[in-house]
Amino acid sequence: MDTTVTTEIKENAWGGGNRPLGASYGKLMMWFFLVSDALTFSGFLAAYGFSRFKFMETWPIADEVFTHVPFFHGNYPMIYVAFMTFILIMSSVTMVLAVDAGHKMKKNAVIWYMFATIIGGAIFVGSQAWEWATFIRGDYGAVETKGGRILQFVDAETGNRVALADFAKTIPSERVAHKENNGIWFYGEGTRTSFTVNEVIEGFKANPSLAIKTETINEEGEKVVLSRQESLSKLADASQVVEGANLIHNEYGSRLFADFFFFITGFHGFHVFSGVVINLIIFFNVVLGTYERRGHYEMVEKVGLYWHFVDLVWVFVFTFFYLV
Amino acid sequence: MAHEHKLEIFRGLWKFKSNTQKIWGVLAFLTLVTAVEVVLGIYKPAVLTGTYVLGMKLLNWIFIILTLVKAYYISWDFMHLRDEKSALRRAIVWTPIFLVLYLVFILLVEANYIFEIYKDGFVKWNF
Repeated sequence: MDTTVTTEIKENAWGGGNRPLGASYGKLMMWFFLVSDALTFSGFLAAYGFSRFKFMETWPIADEVFTHVPFFHGNYPMIYVAFMTFILIMSSVTMVLAVDAGHKMKKNAVIWYMFATIIGGAIFVGSQAWEWATFIRGDYGAVETKGGRILQFVDAETGNRVALADFAKTIPSERVAHKENNGIWFYGEGTRTSFTVNEVIEGFKANPSLAIKTETINEEGEKVVLSRQESLSKLADASQVVEGANLIHNEYGSRLFADFFFFITGFHGFHVFSGVVINLIIFFNVVLGTYERRGHYEMVEKVGLYWHFVDLVWVFVFTFFYLV
Repeated sequence: MAHEHKLEIFRGLWKFKSNTQKIWGVLAFLTLVTAVEVVLGIYKPAVLTGTYVLGMKLLNWIFIILTLVKAYYISWDFMHLRDEKSALRRAIVWTPIFLVLYLVFILLVEANYIFEIYKDGFVKWNF
């Protein structure tokens, strides 16, 4: 074996203790993982870019989609996501402070900084769950045309969105439940919406102040609002009412937007969740004094790398999903 | 283990007495950058959205550049890449950058081509 050892270290190269590039085995392997994970996320974001460039003129505007803040009513674009970003950066800071305290062998400081990091991570995951719930529930409702386009309703003068409940008429109608014996047996019944298409159309006709907002983006980067006449003729194509978003229908516009939203923020949220779990394990090890006995806190440094990576990915998700 | 830290950022413009101080300094800078991004994102100044550089809005270029700046400070100071050997640093940084630039270039050019086909070609999209 002595012929293969080229480092100045006099140990056996395969016996451990050899540190290529001055980094320990564990840290190198964590970096290997992080680089490959970075490539996975890049693949997702590049796919998002592909779909967005493909539907450049009809892609939803994030400012009009994510406008809610918990416990507050009104229109606050970006505010909550900015808060989430800050929480994650803040928990990154407490993590790096924990690593720093670990280098100085201050056990209690490591415990408290790790604890703060875990709390930050939990707040972030909770916020993301809330954001998902809000997105899935939807707010104003819209109709989908036969061709799969989304038509939203706005006040023709102010341009503000109008909820379906504010204008849809109530038209009593018979509803036949879809069962195996009266329909095609392998078809499901589908989701029931608060209003039928007919109720929305009649309500729209009765309210001259309403107009339709299409998915198309104009030169100024705003969604095109149709005239009353165009709105009425467009509404004739309506095929169903859409409330909220799922993988197949999306009241905010392109369904691909919802798909990528669920996929990318979901994958990131999964990383945050697993980061919190790993942090908890290391936290308990610190409390039990495992690393004090081992003589170094390198494990804290390694989970720290993972935690910062999660923050790093969020910086990119934030830019490409919410800002650009 | 690399216990010694390089205690300056902005190429020595801002020096710190301890690693803890450097961490708070970097946090202040990252918060400032995020705040700038959010304010620009909410107000969307017409000067920045109306100007196009290389086919993209100037505002979007600013967002992407600020993102890369944030990514740099997170990886350099929080993930301690600044204190690692330069060979390790280069291996970690340039590998994904090369692959991602390649992938993004291919996908965006292709997507733009499909967009043009939908727009000007014979495929009817306005159902």
